[in-house]
Amino acid sequence: MNYIIIDDEATARAIISQLCSNIEDLNVIEEFPNAIQAIKYLNQNEVDLIFLDIHMPDFTGFDFIETIKNPPRIILTTSDSNFAIQAFEYDCIVDYLVKPITQERFNKAIQKAKSQQVQSAPYQSAEPVETTSGNDLYVNIDRRLIKIDIPSIYLVEAKGDYIYVKAENQNYTVHSTLKKIEDKLPNDLFLKVHRSYIINVSKIIDIEDNSVLIKKDVIPVSRSNRPELMKRLNLL
Amino acid sequence: MEKPNLFYIQNMLGGDTGFEQKLINIIKAEFPEEQQTYQNCISSKDYKATSEIVHKLKHKISILGLEKSYQVAAAYELKLLDGQLDLKEEFELILATITNYLQEI
Repeated sequence: MNYIIIDDEATARAIISQLCSNIEDLNVIEEFPNAIQAIKYLNQNEVDLIFLDIHMPDFTGFDFIETIKNPPRIILTTSDSNFAIQAFEYDCIVDYLVKPITQERFNKAIQKAKSQQVQSAPYQSAEPVETTSGNDLYVNIDRRLIKIDIPSIYLVEAKGDYIYVKAENQNYTVHSTLKKIEDKLPNDLFLKVHRSYIINVSKIIDIEDNSVLIKKDVIPVSRSNRPELMKRLNLL
Repeated sequence: MEKPNLFYIQNMLGGDTGFEQKLINIIKAEFPEEQQTYQNCISSKDYKATSEIVHKLKHKISILGLEKSYQVAAAYELKLLDGQLDLKEEFELILATITNYLQEI
């Protein structure tokens, strides 16, 4: 697993790096003294795991989580135990380590991160798209068919062997292809705007040159798909 | 008053003596900077900023095995947010103790 460390304290970064060095398959990619630098890095690069300090001046760990798109697994490192409940409101949080961190406790957190890596990609793990029924799309999650309200879906993103389905109240990772889900979604509501993205046209906030804003996500629009998108809009 | 020690550094981080010295050097470099930031914040009566730097110093207090002092720092951190300074002297004595210890090791 490739990981980065975000902590404003050099001593804390050194300790986490040392704890990681005692575990196989962990490769430190970068260390950042603040979250802003890390966000810039993550705009260009992908990592498997982030060690994130909560209490940093100006831009906290929680600000960071709210800001980044598709957060990877995150292990929080903090001197406060007060934030634990808030921390686990985020799906991406694997564990919560209170400083000073011991090797034994650290190893448990890494085991959790590794087991989640095997079981699923980020967000809720799901298996192939099954069927549609009226306004509903059913996906198979842990042998249960979970209903997703189709109009609540605002974005579908292709990511390797998975697609991320982003809906109003929940996000799902589905082991499927963009083509398969495109066939299940109503054409009058959804449009493929890029080889990796299908959007719900009714959820567009604004359009600028070669991108659309859907909720907080800026989605690229490929040149070949732009004419069809423009046709769908009720332009004044 | 309890005395700083290297128990955590020597026993809880995998027993790497090379790293032990490296970490001590980092603490020796970082602690005086944080202490100076603390002095600047408290002098300017910016108690929110003072609370933030106490939070940061709190980690080093725990690394150096000062369990009771850690509790003092944690309480001082919270009190500063309400502008209360009654733990100021006690906290600054902890900083002085650490300064002396870092000069010895």
